[in-house]
Amino acid sequence: MQLEYFQLIDRIVDLNIGDKTIVVEADVPRTNTIFEGHFPGYPIMPGVLLTEAMAQSSGWLLLGLMKFERMPFLAMIKEAKMRGFVNPGEVLTIEAKVEHEGSGFAVTSAKVRVGKELKCSADLTFRHIPFPHPDLRVHMDAMAKKIGFPQQALTHD
Amino acid sequence: MSSTFEQIANIIAETCDIPRDTIKPESHAIDDLGIDSLDFLDIAFAIDKAFGIKMPLEKWTQEVNDGKATTEQYFVLKNLADRIDELVAAKNAGTGTASGS
Repeated sequence: MQLEYFQLIDRIVDLNIGDKTIVVEADVPRTNTIFEGHFPGYPIMPGVLLTEAMAQSSGWLLLGLMKFERMPFLAMIKEAKMRGFVNPGEVLTIEAKVEHEGSGFAVTSAKVRVGKELKCSADLTFRHIPFPHPDLRVHMDAMAKKIGFPQQALTHD
Repeated sequence: MSSTFEQIANIIAETCDIPRDTIKPESHAIDDLGIDSLDFLDIAFAIDKAFGIKMPLEKWTQEVNDGKATTEQYFVLKNLADRIDELVAAKNAGTGTASGS
């Protein structure tokens, strides 16, 4: 994770375009200024960042489904449940699944686990539009390479 | 089986917390009921699921923006019900995609 850059996903473990599912991992840093305030003497990962991690995981899945032709943007969060604390240094396993593909929008469900323990879950809605700026597309391509986005998945029909 | 309009009205009432008795066939979703684009995503999701279709919102929006259609054609509820019936009929007839696009 590079929290300062809001880059919360470290690697893609599995992307199944046919099943419309993704599994990613994210390493929570052992130290970060965020933990100095959240909370003194009891550092835990903020729920809002766990929710963003679920959104970014879903986003990579949607990017794959749309073959990087459109960019998803988070529009709605429902049923966000923080079920347990996430501590510095822990490894998150995040699963996301597309529940519905609408016209110009998509709905996913996502879960964050540490080991086998479910830490949080949410239902997320995204709007998606053609890439609004070429720099964003370049950035997403670079990020995809960095986190091991399986390019062969894009050849799936 | 309730009519398409009844199903839409119930979805809108539940999704947007609008009193059901204020939702009429002549109601304009945006102008009369005050439904914004984000709420309409929720409504579209529920309608897609309820009817097994994919409402072509982007196509409709583009047609309105291009001046090829009016918002009334798609967002007055009795007209929306007609559009949904057309999409369901197309799906059942197996004529291409249910999205109409």
